[in-house]
Amino acid sequence: MNPQAIIDGLVSGSTIGLGAIGLTLTYSILRFANFTHGDFLAWGAYLTLTVAGVLGGLAAGLGAPVYPFSFGWGLPLAILGGVVLTVTLALGLDRILFGRLRARGADAIIIVMASFGASMALRSLLEFIFTAKPAYFTKALQIANPLGFGMRATPDQLLVIGLTLLLVLALHLVVTHSATGRAMRAVSENPSLAGVYGIDVGKVIRVTWIIGAGMACIAGVMAGLLVQIRPYMGFDLLLPLFAAAILGGIGSIPGAMLGGLIIGLAEAFAVQIIGAEWRAAISFVILVLVLMLRPQGIFGQRGA
Amino acid sequence: MTALSLTDLRAGYDRDLPIVKGVSFTIEEGEAVCILGPNGAGKSTMIKAIAGLVPCFGGQVQLDDMDITGLPSHTLVRKGMGFVPQTENIFTRLTILENLQIAAQLLPRQARAGRIEAMLEMFPDLGSRPRELAGALSGGQRQMLAAARALLNEPRVLMLDEPSAGLSPKLVAQVFDTLRRISDAGVTLVLVEQNVRAALGLTDRALVLVDGRLAHDGPAADLHDGKLLGDLFLGHRAAEAGA
Amino acid sequence: MELVAYAAFFLTIAMTYAIISLGLNVQWGQTGLFNVGIAGFVGLGAYVSAALTTPDAVERIGGFELPIAVGWLAALVAGGVLALGVGLLTLRMRSDYLAITTFGIAVALQLVFQNAESLTGGAFGMAFIPRPFAGLQGQAFAFNMVNLVLTAAVVGAVYLLLEHLLRSPWGRALRAVREDEVAAQALGKNPVLLRLQAFALGGSIMALAGAVQAHFIGFIAPGNYLPMMTFQVWAMLIVGGSGNNRGAVLGAVLVWAIWALSGALISEIFPAGQQARAASLQIVVIGVMLCVILLWRPQGILPEVRSVSRHLGRRTKDK
Repeated sequence: MNPQAIIDGLVSGSTIGLGAIGLTLTYSILRFANFTHGDFLAWGAYLTLTVAGVLGGLAAGLGAPVYPFSFGWGLPLAILGGVVLTVTLALGLDRILFGRLRARGADAIIIVMASFGASMALRSLLEFIFTAKPAYFTKALQIANPLGFGMRATPDQLLVIGLTLLLVLALHLVVTHSATGRAMRAVSENPSLAGVYGIDVGKVIRVTWIIGAGMACIAGVMAGLLVQIRPYMGFDLLLPLFAAAILGGIGSIPGAMLGGLIIGLAEAFAVQIIGAEWRAAISFVILVLVLMLRPQGIFGQRGA
Repeated sequence: MTALSLTDLRAGYDRDLPIVKGVSFTIEEGEAVCILGPNGAGKSTMIKAIAGLVPCFGGQVQLDDMDITGLPSHTLVRKGMGFVPQTENIFTRLTILENLQIAAQLLPRQARAGRIEAMLEMFPDLGSRPRELAGALSGGQRQMLAAARALLNEPRVLMLDEPSAGLSPKLVAQVFDTLRRISDAGVTLVLVEQNVRAALGLTDRALVLVDGRLAHDGPAADLHDGKLLGDLFLGHRAAEAGA
Repeated sequence: MELVAYAAFFLTIAMTYAIISLGLNVQWGQTGLFNVGIAGFVGLGAYVSAALTTPDAVERIGGFELPIAVGWLAALVAGGVLALGVGLLTLRMRSDYLAITTFGIAVALQLVFQNAESLTGGAFGMAFIPRPFAGLQGQAFAFNMVNLVLTAAVVGAVYLLLEHLLRSPWGRALRAVREDEVAAQALGKNPVLLRLQAFALGGSIMALAGAVQAHFIGFIAPGNYLPMMTFQVWAMLIVGGSGNNRGAVLGAVLVWAIWALSGALISEIFPAGQQARAASLQIVVIGVMLCVILLWRPQGILPEVRSVSRHLGRRTKDK
């Protein structure tokens, strides 16, 4: 077996984990499985690409790659813009769709269905605007440097892994130690009691969308940077995202990250053993195993 | 001065099927009032409607002079209303301290630590292990934490939904002892209770709700012999409603 | 004459969707189970029936040249078994786990259709699926008409069966469970078992629809069973009126008409190079339509006829 699978798995697992964080948070706090979450990744990537294009038009130097990476200062700047726009998209969708259904007291499953409809619409809208042709953040080629033990990684890949770990650690600290994090955990346990405690549940919901959509955008950019940007990229990641969130335990940020890494690694090894064409089935197999053996996931509470 | 008043309040889960069918009363500042009634009379729904957890379809709720009808529950805490639900009234997956910290978030920054400290002192059972998960507490201790959380914000009106439910007689006495101290400190107390004897011992005034309407409003002492209460519960004296 | 033949063709396809929509109505409309893997169930039925009825082919296993009716029957069984498996795995858990798992099933089956070449013919799919009344194929009008009658007869049979079940004690128990699980349990109904039965029945009907469709067209490929199909069928049921079997059929015809007409419109208006792109607008429109209906008319065009007392099942949100 080729040890390179470890690096490949960690890299794609980082993207999945980061994306799954938003999914697990909206799942535990808003209490529905959000099928549009994958499309937040895709929209995040395209919006960032658009901002990068505008920035590149303003100042050509921003596009020049900064050694050793394949992209220039324009990309980190563009990500800021992309995050803001993706968050706006998520908050807007909550305002016109999910929030209204919540206010009406609709069953969670109706909101899931609405998210399914919205996901189809959002994805096809991307296809209409940007066409199905893949797009790229950079045309620069990168050499993978040897890391020892027969593994190689490009600087971009190492940056993705490092940045992901940093973001997850920061988020974990926020949720476990800040007042906002306490309020989020409280709402996820019992929203109506949270109101009795004086928590503005609407505000907690907005914070949840901001974190979830923000992370989704960054995950989408990472996936776009390492592979390519396609309108269907988010949809193709949806099953791995759900599998990671459930494997890690709904509501757990470290769980989502760990779940993402496990799925990334499992996919990478499966590609070597049974072939790349079966890659997408791995998440499904893991999902079924988790549901059979430990439905609450690694860090999940029973009955949660 | 009036602390809480209801005017023809109608509330419930379905507009076509109100559970509270037009209730009016006024509670003065510092009073301790208990709300009695048979199962399904709408006591719990009424208190939740006041607390902003159940939709109001008509009428008015006033806290002091403010109209608070239909305001979301979280805004009422700042206005001086405390509510302790009957069950699931603490966050079991958070620590005791975190439960109090959430409530303290509404206070000015410099006051928070002091108020939490005061509550932990007032309830020594909680003070001895603030970093434990609240889910590990016993039934009586949970009620204490729930009360401590509500008191932390120094409410002028404190409403409790069956604080004695599921507790042993010894713990009931302990809980009511605590409530008496709260009442003595000048807090207006509104209590929904099934445990009539314990409730009447604590409060000055009793409201009896039958089928979503007020069937009796008078001094708690009137109900001590149980005869009147029995009649009211069975609906024999419903005609005297609104006294 | 050509127009009538086309209309018959169009209606036959719409009728196959009506069967799927009826199957979904058992799962969602009557029971409240959210299936996001409809395309997988339909595809399974199509492939199973095709494998049994096609003539022997060198490149893949199967090809038993069995009668079409045997294929349909096998599709029914296969869909039921798959639904049973999924149901056993998830029906005890939160309702959205079923949604996620069925979504996964469709993804996994899509991969099988694509990659298990020795079984499914891979990306090229399967051809030479026997068509009912194949002897008439030379006369487009007669052929389309008899097939329309046959497919409509299947719709009618499924419709009558479901209406009968709906009025049976089983159907009442099912609705009781949907409305108020605790109360139904107190009456001695087993909610998990009832849901499992309903989910399996719906899965069977969807797979049957897949087989009927495959035999009418005579050719299947993995691309026919994309999530797009799941989405269309959902739109059909929600537009028509979930819980109402006539609504399910009406929705299927209506949404399929909107789909076909907007497709025709796009090929008229847009130049050839832009058509694939413009087609994505069709999906946007249907997606928005689905959300709008959920927001403003969740009961659809034909609302469910409530035979159980409306208040019996009101959920206590008191907890």
